[in-house]
Amino acid sequence: MKQLEIQHGVEQFLYRQAEFLDSKQWQKWVDLFAPEGIYWMPPDASYQTWDGQPSIFAEDKNLMTVRMLRVLHPDAWSQRPLWETNHIVSNVSLKKISKNGDVEVHSRFHMMELRRDDVRHFAGSYFHVLKKSRQGYRIKLQRVDMTNAQAAYDYVLQVWV
Amino acid sequence: MRHPDLSKFVEPDRVRKEVYTDAEIFEREMERIHETAWIYCGHESQVPKTGDYYTVQIGRQPMIMVRGKNGKVNVLYNRCPHRGNMLCGDRKGNTGGQFRCSYHAWTFQLDGKLKNIPMKAAYEGTRYGKDNPDCSVKKAARVQNYRGFVFASLAADGPTLKEFLGKSIVAFDDMCDRAPEGEVEVVPNCFRVIQHSNWKLFLENQLDALHPSVVHQSTGRAAHEVEKVLAKKAKGGAAPLSYHMLSAFATVTIDKWDDFQTINYPYGHCILTGYMGLRPQDPDTLAYDKVMIKAYGRKRFEEIVGVNIHHVLVYPGLSVQSPLQQLRAVRPLGVDRTLTEIWHFRLKGAPEAIYRRSLAYYNLVNSPATLINADDLENFWKCHQGLASDGGDWVSLARHHGRDIERNGGVESGPKMGTSEAPMRNQMKAWAQYMGAR
Repeated sequence: MKQLEIQHGVEQFLYRQAEFLDSKQWQKWVDLFAPEGIYWMPPDASYQTWDGQPSIFAEDKNLMTVRMLRVLHPDAWSQRPLWETNHIVSNVSLKKISKNGDVEVHSRFHMMELRRDDVRHFAGSYFHVLKKSRQGYRIKLQRVDMTNAQAAYDYVLQVWV
Repeated sequence: MRHPDLSKFVEPDRVRKEVYTDAEIFEREMERIHETAWIYCGHESQVPKTGDYYTVQIGRQPMIMVRGKNGKVNVLYNRCPHRGNMLCGDRKGNTGGQFRCSYHAWTFQLDGKLKNIPMKAAYEGTRYGKDNPDCSVKKAARVQNYRGFVFASLAADGPTLKEFLGKSIVAFDDMCDRAPEGEVEVVPNCFRVIQHSNWKLFLENQLDALHPSVVHQSTGRAAHEVEKVLAKKAKGGAAPLSYHMLSAFATVTIDKWDDFQTINYPYGHCILTGYMGLRPQDPDTLAYDKVMIKAYGRKRFEEIVGVNIHHVLVYPGLSVQSPLQQLRAVRPLGVDRTLTEIWHFRLKGAPEAIYRRSLAYYNLVNSPATLINADDLENFWKCHQGLASDGGDWVSLARHHGRDIERNGGVESGPKMGTSEAPMRNQMKAWAQYMGAR
């Protein structure tokens, strides 16, 4: 496949995952992950692996399911009211294309969040390891490096960024 | 409110709302409580090398914890004695063999003593110079280190650290003793979370055994659902322990929290006993037990792992979960704004699997994406909003009041009264003493 087509396919995939988050289609979002897929937000850009390290998020699909079920529970007090988010994903740059179609891709995001009357901004970079499957790409790793990862969190994050 | 008579603000079973919301009372708290009591600065393993430093807030005072040339950890005011500039602008780092002020290049030893002033002849005949202690960086009045945990008091007089900690010292003993080498070291990442409420709400919540099954039900239920599926898949095996730590918030129903007990001590400290079963018989635990028995002998090992603690509160600024090697330091930023710094420790000499088990708890419960504290923080904010209103004047601390039992220098919640508000009453008693309100 030509690089341009791959670039286009990967970009569409990244936009879709962000759209699922912004439209709160969390099960569809979790389904984008490969069975062994990991969502990882390190507390510092120097971290090389999620395994055995402190992490803001380090979740396999089981823990993602816990998070999703919890947010949907009527007594998740901090999630009432729910918030709105808006992701912009850009600067999509392919880092590696394997013969089997798997790719590694770096991008940047900006997320605006509205909760009650307060707006917060989160920005940073994504690093995705994507597996090519019959259904399209599946996420083996979504690494999220937040620019404000080391800042004191005014309030907290409850759903994936 | 001008110089309120605080003795009218605290009664044995209730407290005036202004205690949480009034800015002048907050200033007085900082002066009389946080800038007097022993406050946790950090663990010595945060600053392993000469010149390593961490900045830390004690009350309203910006302080520096720094490793000196003699290996001693010093705690200094983050302030140049010349014109008042802060010496360290970063949260942490290494300052080399000296502090050098970024404004006029005065330099200081790592214990704060003046080293040099550029073109110092300019000070000849003035009161300023090496012999004037006012030309050195001011030190915390008292600094003491207990098993690697560094505390400072900004008051020259008062109880020693050990006298102050009293029975709550078990927090640090329990944590260190669980290490085969008898020591812990910090895991180099601190989670920092801000809550929009008064600092006391955090401390009161830590030992409030009634709240978990109300506040954390959603996460408990969700974890329990997934835990059941995973246990089924494991065919007779169990889901990872981290699921149990979360599901306990739902499976330990509200009435069962009365089985816990709080023991309250002078200065506002408190121990919550009972633990959710951190002595399972899985291979990881058994491997750990083996290392521990080798290090301590069976008798001492049984004593160590038999310590039955869930939480220790060291008033006014520290909450320790020793069986999970985690602590939260509470730094008041304003009457309605509080920072918590959350640290995880590694048991020296323990197998990796034991570290990972508490790491899972650190990530799930204490990270900024916490599945647990998020709902506490929401309640703290709501609580502060309500307290600031004119909808009522008092905060009730009356649950099981009159049924506390005085024993062995402590005040215990009565039998099957673990949800007693005894810890809040005890904290307010200490508060009133610090504040000169009685």
